[in-house]
Amino acid sequence: MAERGVLLEGVRAYRLIAGMWVRSSMAYRTSFVVTVFGNLTVTALDFVGILLMFSQVDSLGGWSLPEVALLYGLSATSFGIADLVLGSMDVLGARMRDGSFDTLLVRPVPVLAQVGADRFALRRLGRITQGTVVLGWALVSVDVDWSVLKVLLVPVMVVSGAAIFSAVFVAGAAFQIYAQDAAEVQNAFTYGGTTLLQYPPSVFGKDLVRGVTFMLPLAFVNWVPAVYVLGRPYPVGLPGWAAFASPPVAVACCVLAGLAWRTGLRSYRSTGS
Amino acid sequence: MGSGRLYAAVAAGGFRRYATYRAATVAGVFTNTVFGVILVYTYLALWDEKPHLGGYDQAQAVTYVWLGQCLYATLAIQGGGAEKDLMDRIRTGEIAVDLYRPADLQLWWLAGDMGRAMFQMLGRGVVPFLFGALFFPMALPTTLTPWAAFVVTLLLATVVSFAIRYLAALSVFWLLDGMGVNQVLVITGIFFSGMVLPLNAFPGVFGEVVRVLPWAAQIQMPADVLMGETDPLRAFAFQAAWAVALLAAGRLLQSAATRRVVVQGG
Repeated sequence: MAERGVLLEGVRAYRLIAGMWVRSSMAYRTSFVVTVFGNLTVTALDFVGILLMFSQVDSLGGWSLPEVALLYGLSATSFGIADLVLGSMDVLGARMRDGSFDTLLVRPVPVLAQVGADRFALRRLGRITQGTVVLGWALVSVDVDWSVLKVLLVPVMVVSGAAIFSAVFVAGAAFQIYAQDAAEVQNAFTYGGTTLLQYPPSVFGKDLVRGVTFMLPLAFVNWVPAVYVLGRPYPVGLPGWAAFASPPVAVACCVLAGLAWRTGLRSYRSTGS
Repeated sequence: MGSGRLYAAVAAGGFRRYATYRAATVAGVFTNTVFGVILVYTYLALWDEKPHLGGYDQAQAVTYVWLGQCLYATLAIQGGGAEKDLMDRIRTGEIAVDLYRPADLQLWWLAGDMGRAMFQMLGRGVVPFLFGALFFPMALPTTLTPWAAFVVTLLLATVVSFAIRYLAALSVFWLLDGMGVNQVLVITGIFFSGMVLPLNAFPGVFGEVVRVLPWAAQIQMPADVLMGETDPLRAFAFQAAWAVALLAAGRLLQSAATRRVVVQGG
């Protein structure tokens, strides 16, 4: 019961802090519109890169453009959601360096909610919008024999994917407590992860695919379920039910990330300045 | 003579400043290596589908990837070099102090950025490149001449990169906020430098245009010189022409800014 109280309190605090940042960014409306547009363009470049590749070839690793677009749309949308909710966590290292992290610790609000909502940036809707557009296009143009199960799997992928990426962000934040200046390592797993998942698994080496399936289960964001939807083989042997395993995998990731965060927080030593 | 020593000292300062953050450097090396691995696999799949795309074979495409990761921080492809500090100083009005210094504003910042680039190259660029050479087949020259030419193109590339970012930073004299310009720098830098795809693999007229823009001087030219895909003298001329033109434009804009604009702050 107490756990639940903390959770609700955290969500409420998150909403309040995020709302404050939204109001502050809305103070300069033109600037806000320009940055949303800029964010949309920057993220769209990834996809333009894929389009450029497909202007030269008809398939990549045996996958057609709509199929790759499906992977891209799923990866970008779920990453976009996680990035909107927790994407400002990379300022955590800076907060620990300048000592302002200590202020967050003495407030009667869950630290994770404060850190997550810190510098909440609505402009990140740009990435979600762009991902959703590509996903929509992919869904209508991809050649799939749709069943109820496959249709249901699409929203499940987006939500579980967002949860898995959120877990990566939280684990990264926990890592920053130890590493401080090394915040950029997180980018390898967040931005690197979403880039990796935009391409077909058949493109990559088997060891790499094994790694992101069994060790850091990013593959459950889109690869594993999407392979089922498209009726393609997965490069690494997996049981049939694995396609539906994304939600439990996401929950497990979140639990582990939460534990890592708590451990990290407990071992935090202030700079003392 | 004296002024030469001054700019050397500024460059050394730029080098030392970035060398301070060791953990951040190691983190950057790791991230560039991970991105390199991801890109290599996608490029290999692409070149598998279409061998000799853009005149490269697979080993050359792989070399291009790792060179891109090596130069990513060195040339501040996404911004984040001298122009970031310069923008801040213009915004806060601290630029007034810089204008009072008995040194040339453009050369001062160029020297600092060269120092930064030098550190990023040695501290952050070399290791991912060596990692790539160790684990993937690369097309590297075995004689000394291409490497020597490569060093020259790198120097020129750094100057062109600075000249572009210097122009962007000066715009803050009028815009007062660098956020939008920074976004433009990110977009143009990543796309037109060929971080997404080598410029010689861009299709049609679009490709022709992209290959003569100043950003082509940043990764494409050094890559082509290193792998003997272009005449080094032609590459030097291309880079030098853009460097001179952009630095001159920077000077013009700088004199307009310092004559007409009122510095912010009180």
